[in-house]
Amino acid sequence: MTGWTALLLRDLRLARRVGAGAELGLVFFLILVSLLPFAIGADQRFISRIAPAFLWLSALLATLLGLDRLLQADEEEGVVDQFLLSGTPLELLVLAKALAHWLVTGLPLSLAAPLLGLMLAIEPQAMAPLALSLLIGTPALTLIGLIGAALTVSLKRGGLLLSVLVLPLTVPTLIFGATLVKEAALGRPYTTPLMLLGGMTLLMLVIAPVSAAAALRHARQ
Amino acid sequence: MAPLSTLGRVPAPALAIRGLAMARGYRTLFRDLDIDLAPGQVLQLTGPNGTGKSTLLRLIAGFLRPDAGTIRWSPLPDDATPAECLHYSGHHEGLRDGLTAQDNVATLASLLGGDPERCAAALAEVGAASLAELPVEVLSAGQRRRVALARLLAAPRPVWLLDEPFTALDRDGQALVRRLIAAHAAAGGLVIAATHQPLDLPDLRNVTLGGAAP
Repeated sequence: MTGWTALLLRDLRLARRVGAGAELGLVFFLILVSLLPFAIGADQRFISRIAPAFLWLSALLATLLGLDRLLQADEEEGVVDQFLLSGTPLELLVLAKALAHWLVTGLPLSLAAPLLGLMLAIEPQAMAPLALSLLIGTPALTLIGLIGAALTVSLKRGGLLLSVLVLPLTVPTLIFGATLVKEAALGRPYTTPLMLLGGMTLLMLVIAPVSAAAALRHARQ
Repeated sequence: MAPLSTLGRVPAPALAIRGLAMARGYRTLFRDLDIDLAPGQVLQLTGPNGTGKSTLLRLIAGFLRPDAGTIRWSPLPDDATPAECLHYSGHHEGLRDGLTAQDNVATLASLLGGDPERCAAALAEVGAASLAELPVEVLSAGQRRRVALARLLAAPRPVWLLDEPFTALDRDGQALVRRLIAAHAAAGGLVIAATHQPLDLPDLRNVTLGGAAP
């Protein structure tokens, strides 16, 4: 087994054992979605109209959960030092950590989203596109978060700063993702936002590991 | 049971440090530091607190860049970087709470190019066989130290950089560390240890830090 897979499996096991992984993100998502009708009232047509945007916003916030400890726990325990001594480039190792984070947050969110969309009376023809948009878009959110996590790795209370750093960078992903679902709900083609969303994720796949690794290296100087 | 080989596929390189200088927070820790170390040798770093022992070890590990001077390892195989030849054991054990000792050591062994299959033997060697299935957060400081030492055996690498390896260890544990260091050096490995405890080794090299003018 290579170091890369070992790290991926270790992070998945940690997410399961500590209980801060998939379930918590999903519950958070569920709570946000069920709060919306309380705030708006029983105007079902209005809720149905803003549902795509709100589901995407909720997914964005749920993705932020746990990001502040994504690299910090390893840094504090001296595990990042061991990353630097492994033969595997740090860029790939942080990518393994991002993948583990996505598998326990982004992936379950994407799969559960159509069900929660049902609660918000989303148009039936928009359900599959909603899941698709989250499947393609949430990796970009995790990767942007990876950069923020690396930049705030040495700060004891970096959680809030992390959100402040990361949230503005997620704007393009949010726009393309929410637009995709909106267009689908109106029965219009959504190829363009889908392509742009995929483009954002691919772009982040290139930028994020390099930036995060550079930030981690710089943090020890 | 025969002791585990700790050398690995890469032969131990020799270390040559020339004119090394490092400042931390406007304070010069050392300058014009020269150290030569050959395979099979053990170097003990001593000096009062805050004189840069840990910093020197982190420089040698490649985590920090020196202000001046060079750190060279030779000969190195073409496909190996210095980082891949060395173990660094610092104040933090590199263990993650929520995982068992076995899982922790196996993950680190995989990362460091070792064989996860050797974990059980490595844990037994450091006297932590009975702790293998326990989550590391329930272990005492000394037990965690032993588990951390196991990765030196699970992933064979020729160079050991040990920062305060005796911390929190009982008398047996300290004897174990001395034994591991002696065996590693006798097999041709290279050890640099920052510690105030006597190492009790023949032909031990010593560098005392703290001589630099502020």
